[in-house]
Amino acid sequence: MRMKRRDVFWAALAIILLWQISAWVIDEPILPTPLAVMAVLPRELGHGLWEHFSVSLWRVVASTGLAIVLASPAGLILGQSPRLNAIFSPVIYLLYPIPKVVLVPVLILIFGLGDLPKILIIFIILFFQILVLVRDQAASLPPELIQSVRSLGAGRRALFRFVYFPASLPAILTALRQSVGTAVAVLYVAELFATQRGLGYYIYLKGSTLFDYPAMYAGIIAMSLLGFGLYFSVEWLERKLCPWQLLT
Amino acid sequence: MIQLESINFSYPNQPPIFQDFSWEVQEGETWAVLGPSGCGKTTLLYLVAGLLFPQAGQVRVGGEALTRPRPHSGLIIQEYGLLPWATVRENARLGLRLREFYGPDGVHSPPDFTPGLDVSPWLERLGILHLAEKYPRQISGGERQRTAIARTLTLEPDLLLMDEPFSSLDAPTRESLQNLTLELQAEQNLTLVIVTHTIEEAVILGKQILLLGDPPNVRPRVIPNPRSGDPRYRDSDAYRALCRQLRAHMEGEKVA
Repeated sequence: MRMKRRDVFWAALAIILLWQISAWVIDEPILPTPLAVMAVLPRELGHGLWEHFSVSLWRVVASTGLAIVLASPAGLILGQSPRLNAIFSPVIYLLYPIPKVVLVPVLILIFGLGDLPKILIIFIILFFQILVLVRDQAASLPPELIQSVRSLGAGRRALFRFVYFPASLPAILTALRQSVGTAVAVLYVAELFATQRGLGYYIYLKGSTLFDYPAMYAGIIAMSLLGFGLYFSVEWLERKLCPWQLLT
Repeated sequence: MIQLESINFSYPNQPPIFQDFSWEVQEGETWAVLGPSGCGKTTLLYLVAGLLFPQAGQVRVGGEALTRPRPHSGLIIQEYGLLPWATVRENARLGLRLREFYGPDGVHSPPDFTPGLDVSPWLERLGILHLAEKYPRQISGGERQRTAIARTLTLEPDLLLMDEPFSSLDAPTRESLQNLTLELQAEQNLTLVIVTHTIEEAVILGKQILLLGDPPNVRPRVIPNPRSGDPRYRDSDAYRALCRQLRAHMEGEKVA
């Protein structure tokens, strides 16, 4: 799904307009107008919102990096080796559909209060997505292609470098595009527990403890921007790294 | 150039395809391997390419027993041979890049290999220089095969192995690529082995035709075809007579 910039702009405008109208109609403190939220946003950024944003961003980026680094080679190996895949695919089949967010309390119990459990939970979600897509991509490469590259002199190392790795790039990016939304949602849940840093904590604190609704909405906007930013980054990478995928 | 010495070959849990089969190709010869599907044509080519190995007997190419693909043999297959994520130029460069990757180790690339990635002369020779920055899916089947040929020729092979390279192309494209193949064969002094299931293509391209039948293949049946390569041959009676003869052979095989 590729969007024209102009269409995205009008859609954003329509959503803000809808928000504005709803705020007028409902007329309660729980739904401030977009203008009121924009007005407090710079102040909040100076009063901690920026730090919370950075902490959340770091958690997402670290877990994404970790997932790519570990899941892509694992997927490539499984996709290439029918024997290993036969051993591991039933395990993946069982673990894949488990809603990983239920593991948040478990991870906090095991790994304590720091960044680690938050990074791990997102890592687990992305790991399975990337693993499965890269594995299927590697397995679906036509054997004729592999043979013809081998006939040019490629051994196992060169096949990885020149065939399997570039073939798995789109799968990695597709996995990321499909799961950044979930990752940010789970990050929010993870940041509700046992932490005083991160956007999840910030939103919950402003809304449910301090009843500072405009500030809470500033946090929601920050979290949305985090999601958008990641999504657009993945799209940008797809355009840069896989231009051949976009041909019609 | 190629010696198959009493080879046995079968795929796991399958009846044998070659049994005590011997066959020889001299340097500079042009062979077409003809037969119905399932007769072992592609298997034969992969054995010569060093991608498959016989259970008994030996395959020697250029005087040496094969243990892996040989740097001076080029293989061109029917489809899927190009990297979809690489442009025509990058695809044509792939063999050179692989050699650069390994260095002149004598195993993956020849010991006398001089690095260089300039493929433009070959793209020009094959008439695809203007497509250099296109991706495989943006060009026609014939242009894709020209790219595959360019990629192989950049490695300066002495043996060119082709597996039904033109079977998915339309007739005029096929004919022009057949002519090009013969031109390049003469120009580069290549030994050429081309596998095909089309009688007409075998007669156009093969100065010798190896006819394979239902497996197991034991004795090679070789039909000499000295006039192949002559541009007027396509329209001659001799050409049509040989096609008829081969068809009768292949149909006789089916009935038997």
